[in-house]
Amino acid sequence: MSNMGDYEAAYRDFDWEQAKGMLGYKDGDPINIGYYCSDRICEQGKGDKLALIWEGFKGEVKKYTFDELRVNSNTYAAFLRSIGVEAGDRICIFMDKIPDLYFSFLGILKIGAIAQPLFSAFGEEALFTRMENAESSVILTTKKHFRKVRRIKDKLPALKHIIVVDNDELKFQERESAFILEKADKVEKFDSLSTELESPSVLHYTSGTTGQPKGALHVHGSLLCQYMTSKWALDLRDDDIYWCTADPGWVTGTSYGIIGPWSLGVTQVVYDGGFSSAKWYRILQDYKVSVWYTAPTAIRLLMKDGTELVKQFDLKKLRHMCSVGEPLNPEGVLWGEKAFGMPFYDTYWQTETGAIVITNFPGMEIRRGSMGKPFPGIEAVVLDLETHEVITEPKKVGLIALKPGWPSMMREYWNNPEIYKSKFINGWYITGDRSSIDKDGYFWFVGRDDDVINTGGHLVGPFEIESALLEHESVAEAAAIGKPDPVNMEVVKVFVALKPGFEPSDDLELSIMNFVRKRLSPLAMPQEIEFMEKLPKTRSGKIMRRLLKAKEWGEEIGDTSTLEDD
Amino acid sequence: MDEMEKTILDYVIEEYIEDEDEDEEIGLDSPLISSGIVDSFSMVSLKTFLERKYKISIPDDKATPEAFDTVRKIGKVVREIIG
Repeated sequence: MSNMGDYEAAYRDFDWEQAKGMLGYKDGDPINIGYYCSDRICEQGKGDKLALIWEGFKGEVKKYTFDELRVNSNTYAAFLRSIGVEAGDRICIFMDKIPDLYFSFLGILKIGAIAQPLFSAFGEEALFTRMENAESSVILTTKKHFRKVRRIKDKLPALKHIIVVDNDELKFQERESAFILEKADKVEKFDSLSTELESPSVLHYTSGTTGQPKGALHVHGSLLCQYMTSKWALDLRDDDIYWCTADPGWVTGTSYGIIGPWSLGVTQVVYDGGFSSAKWYRILQDYKVSVWYTAPTAIRLLMKDGTELVKQFDLKKLRHMCSVGEPLNPEGVLWGEKAFGMPFYDTYWQTETGAIVITNFPGMEIRRGSMGKPFPGIEAVVLDLETHEVITEPKKVGLIALKPGWPSMMREYWNNPEIYKSKFINGWYITGDRSSIDKDGYFWFVGRDDDVINTGGHLVGPFEIESALLEHESVAEAAAIGKPDPVNMEVVKVFVALKPGFEPSDDLELSIMNFVRKRLSPLAMPQEIEFMEKLPKTRSGKIMRRLLKAKEWGEEIGDTSTLEDD
Repeated sequence: MDEMEKTILDYVIEEYIEDEDEDEEIGLDSPLISSGIVDSFSMVSLKTFLERKYKISIPDDKATPEAFDTVRKIGKVVREIIG
């Protein structure tokens, strides 16, 4: 029997007021995610229970109880307050998945500041764009990534402190210093700020079709959704060992790699290493992982290595597996059944939704390839692509839209009210994804409604890539699109017209690839470059990305009446 | 370490290592993919480099995270293809 029980009854009877009761929250009380994920669990008598089992890529292992999580996050909170951080300040966390990331995240929230996690593989340009927009005042980083920050700090006047958390012997310059948790006086008691449901908590940047990435701001009240969905969709229980493979630089890594499971007092495994099928199975085996939350890209890589490899490991503790990031194809679900004796449960949500909104639930019939059904408390529909009226006809494709009001919905795009407003039409939040709904209420993903590229479960904006490409000395014009890929769903393909004096060559191709990788991130790096004499443009001079994409996908090219004459 | 392995190692250090102190720690048998130094996306640029440098085509089933995990293993893949 799953935590939720019967889906139909739960969907009919549940509202978010009940979530408050289940979490033990009363209206008017303070609600602070940092407190709920550490102090509160200790107050429940679970201080000695393991909160975090961490393994680094060299095989080193560290374990922390909930009491250590409480004290270490207290220590970070007190340190940040001592250097002048105030409620509402944006504090970046820019490091690999080391324990300090997790302690500092909760510490930031405890003082009411806004945690702004940044993917550690980001290059300087990606880092700068996000920090400049957020006017971040502090960045916590490690020696490995420190130099990237140093190179851009002069362009970031709002940045007051660059704090290195793993090395205090560097030659620090102005605004740079170190904070080493092991050497700091441990702060046994720290009163978390009495934040409220609507107090800002986490800022995650996400990509759109146009413009630079936008910061989706969440609030402490989002905990209600992360708590409930961890309980009912991930089906987490007190005795589970849970592994979320996502990086906290992305929203899955915070909502379900920190907040949801720890608000339930569940032990988490974190593996700070790269991908290897055998290593991942060994982690599942050695730590007796019972609930696993991973991504279709990883599942497809595991599939490549076959079921024989899985059988070499003792995975009998594993009881529930979920997937997120992009739609999981039926083959992935089926392979889960063959290899592990259970399916992967696909979950759907976005940075903006803060928590799972449509999903397959344990105990509910899985229709392979379907996104599942709306989470209780979430009203989800599809809207007509033209009229934006609600579609009632089964299997007709429309825009996935959600009725605003669930607690983890973003409250704004940072410094970008116009774009935020544009996400709502006729009283619905527009996800930008297309799907249909079958006669039994299952959602079936079709694709994005825009040009955003979904690669390996991460959204990459074409504008950001094109902007970076234009900074390369050889590039005159550029367009970026998603190209279908069997493992990553899509990969970045770019079309490039060169400046006079440059000729296409193998070396140039490699130089452009590495240029984008270093400036933005490995995700944004073009996997394919097509050189063209010139790019197709409208008469007003706008590059017709749509046309290039349609050609690549073998689709109808559509109306080309605005195409520039040769 | 032969010449090919040195070329590959130099390229990895030049392109993927941010922390200069780590340069000296990276050797023939240092894990690259499973350590996260080179992620699966960046592997494409490494593969492209090898293909251009040695005028070969590396099939996808030879360019797996396991086969590319160390400089020594990468060298073996390249040598097998060159024949």
